[in-house]
Amino acid sequence: MRALRFGIPLAVFVLLVFFLGRGLWRDPREIPSVLVDKPVPAFTLPVLGSPDKKFSPADYRGKVWLLNVWGSWCISCQVEHPTLLALAKSNVVPIVGFDWKDKPDAAIKWLAQQGGDPYVFSVTDLDGRVAIDYGVYGAPETFLIDKEGMIRYKHIGPLDDKAVAEKLLPWIRKLNP
Amino acid sequence: MIPELGQLALVLALVAALVLGVMPLVGAYRNDAALMRQAGPAAMAQFLLIAFAFGCLVASFVANDFSVVNVATNSNSKLPVQYRVAASWGSHEGSILLWTLVMAVWTVAVALKSRHLPRVLAARVLGVMGLVNVGLLLFVLFTSNPFVRLLPGAPEGRDLNPLLQDPGMVFHPPILYVGYVGFSVAFAFALAALMGGRLDAAWARWSRPWTTAAWCFLTCGIALGSFWAYYELGWGGWWFWDPVENASFMPWLTGTALIHSLAVTEKRGTFKSWTVLLAIMTFSLSLLGTFLVRSGVITSVHAFATDPARGVFILIFLALVIGISLTIFAARAPRVGLGASFSLVSRESMLLGNNILLVVAMAAVLLGTLYPLVLDVLDAGKISVGPPYFDAVFYPLLAPALFLMGVAPLARWQQAPIPELAQRLKWAFAIALIGSIVTPLVLGDWSLLKVSGFLFAFWIVAASATAIVMRLKAAPQRTLWAKLGSNSASYYGMHVAHIGIAAFVFGVTMVKSYDVEKDVRVGIGDSVVAGAYKFDFKSVGDVRGPNYSGMSGRFEVTRDGKPVAQMQPEKRFYSTTKQTMTEAAIDHGLSRDLYVSLGNEIDSKTWEVRVQVKPFINWIWIGCLIMALGGVFAIADRRYHLRRKTAAATAHAPGAATAT
Repeated sequence: MRALRFGIPLAVFVLLVFFLGRGLWRDPREIPSVLVDKPVPAFTLPVLGSPDKKFSPADYRGKVWLLNVWGSWCISCQVEHPTLLALAKSNVVPIVGFDWKDKPDAAIKWLAQQGGDPYVFSVTDLDGRVAIDYGVYGAPETFLIDKEGMIRYKHIGPLDDKAVAEKLLPWIRKLNP
Repeated sequence: MIPELGQLALVLALVAALVLGVMPLVGAYRNDAALMRQAGPAAMAQFLLIAFAFGCLVASFVANDFSVVNVATNSNSKLPVQYRVAASWGSHEGSILLWTLVMAVWTVAVALKSRHLPRVLAARVLGVMGLVNVGLLLFVLFTSNPFVRLLPGAPEGRDLNPLLQDPGMVFHPPILYVGYVGFSVAFAFALAALMGGRLDAAWARWSRPWTTAAWCFLTCGIALGSFWAYYELGWGGWWFWDPVENASFMPWLTGTALIHSLAVTEKRGTFKSWTVLLAIMTFSLSLLGTFLVRSGVITSVHAFATDPARGVFILIFLALVIGISLTIFAARAPRVGLGASFSLVSRESMLLGNNILLVVAMAAVLLGTLYPLVLDVLDAGKISVGPPYFDAVFYPLLAPALFLMGVAPLARWQQAPIPELAQRLKWAFAIALIGSIVTPLVLGDWSLLKVSGFLFAFWIVAASATAIVMRLKAAPQRTLWAKLGSNSASYYGMHVAHIGIAAFVFGVTMVKSYDVEKDVRVGIGDSVVAGAYKFDFKSVGDVRGPNYSGMSGRFEVTRDGKPVAQMQPEKRFYSTTKQTMTEAAIDHGLSRDLYVSLGNEIDSKTWEVRVQVKPFINWIWIGCLIMALGGVFAIADRRYHLRRKTAAATAHAPGAATAT
């Protein structure tokens, strides 16, 4: 029996290997949003560039659309931008920008510098109040919203071509038969 | 051509590693001297081949050969040459190649120094190290080949991550790896001893200098990494409990325990199976650290390239190396037997207590690092564990360890009467207590946490001084100089290392208690006051570097109207990687650091600025250097080298004259 004690380290290690092995197939960056399959939080925000116009998600009922959180201060948004431009060009889905904690002037300048505006339009959330309802904790984030106004998918971090092809497009095809 | 030569050298190195991993072990099993003799040449061949391969990689980086994928993704022709050299280990592939190179260096060092060892033991040690390197080389060749070509070649490289373009990054990974991998020597000695069933004082004496050397490098490597994070990440923190940091801290904790446990095994012949287990654990944690960093199971600010195929390979490697060694441990350790007994209060029991505290601390770090992963695998949700957990767990574990650190050097082996210990240490305790109450009072802010931090720092210094003075008084020699010489270098090494811990604790307590941090909007011409210092924001101008452009602010710092420093924090935009970096300006000093970093530009005249005054923060890293210096003293101890020379002389009498 005493000799068994010396096997304890081995047993602990075997358990550890089990968890490490299972962990390999998980993506630690994939954080489930509590908002998925919930109705999109309502808001009414001014449109970037023409602050008299207002937009609220109810206006897009009946459409499948993307809400993309960005900011001119956000470095990762620069990385994501070419992907968004390509996606917008393909006319698969309208992309609404959500300009987060930004200054309208800086935002407009930034869009011009990035070589194009992929958004149908952007709404401005200057003080970041609305973003709290969306559980945004870092730009960029992208929400896919269906015809009934339900959030169906959320992508955290910059979108790349792979994420668009493997995650977004299949979802969009399913929602837009 | 050069990359292909490197590739070929790697394949040949794998052959050399296989020879090293198989022949000496078979030779030791069959007691065949001819087979065992292959170990030395094979170790040397392995080293030369891997060094050549690594040289080829560096040459490709220096020559801007963008037809090599690794060069094209991690370098740029505008990158200054010293960073091109450093870029060769900045990538995943390069850093694993560096691992195998360091492993080969340690192997060859052991081979050169092992002539006086019993031949069977030396063969087993080198064989185990060879087998470990077989796994690493397979990993390089199959999943992380740095020499893969890109056809057609890229016209320009994607540039090295700007975070890594820093002198700290040039030295941090190699030193850290030398430490990590150095524990493979203790590991190999432990396995060799288990195979041979011989675990005695001589074995512990052979293992000790190697283990201490690895520990010194690891200490310096961690300190350098922490210092780098402090000045390069631009947040002003020095330790973030990031998984990658934890990965290097865990082997340090068990390595520290191992050093102490080896001392007991050498001096008293006890703790044997515990020492062996610690040696296995320490190297296993080094490997586990690599797995955590390289496989992507855990997110961290050190976001390296991640790839499940690599993860699977490392996991299998890990399972084989650690699984087999723990199986050998389970099978052989019961026969090792127990050493001399000791009573409840003795130096042995205190060292055992310290060991347990260090291992529990390691387990706490491991738990905190892996807990998110375990919950995720169990589908219990995604969480992250942050500094509050580690701080809360660490403090109660370290406090008793720091207390014991003062007592143990004065305690007798086998049995240490408490009244005698109290008698010896009463003055040290009184000094520490008074110092710890007075210091915060003088500095003007008093709390229990501060008092306890100072208490331990002063306690360790006072107790160490007491121990040294008592030793000197008891020495029979007449002059002070002769008395000093009567103690071994490793005795002083121990106290130096302990005083390093005291300096570290002092620095941490000062920074935690008295640092001033201000995040403010400042217009040009305005000023910020932090503590006793006034920071005048003078101007902002453009700067241009070889591969970046940016803005540079100019601050003049005064204290009581007298000028102290000119500081120029920068905000850099690296054009190729499209990354913005904050280069904080730091004015270093022994008693305080001044720290200014530029945040966002609010308008052309106003900036967000972070200003910090960090009292005694450099003592944190100076403390680490003092610890490592203590290790150097210990390694320099005559007793390791004298016996080695006499043993070598008797073993190779004819060659001895030419060798010296």
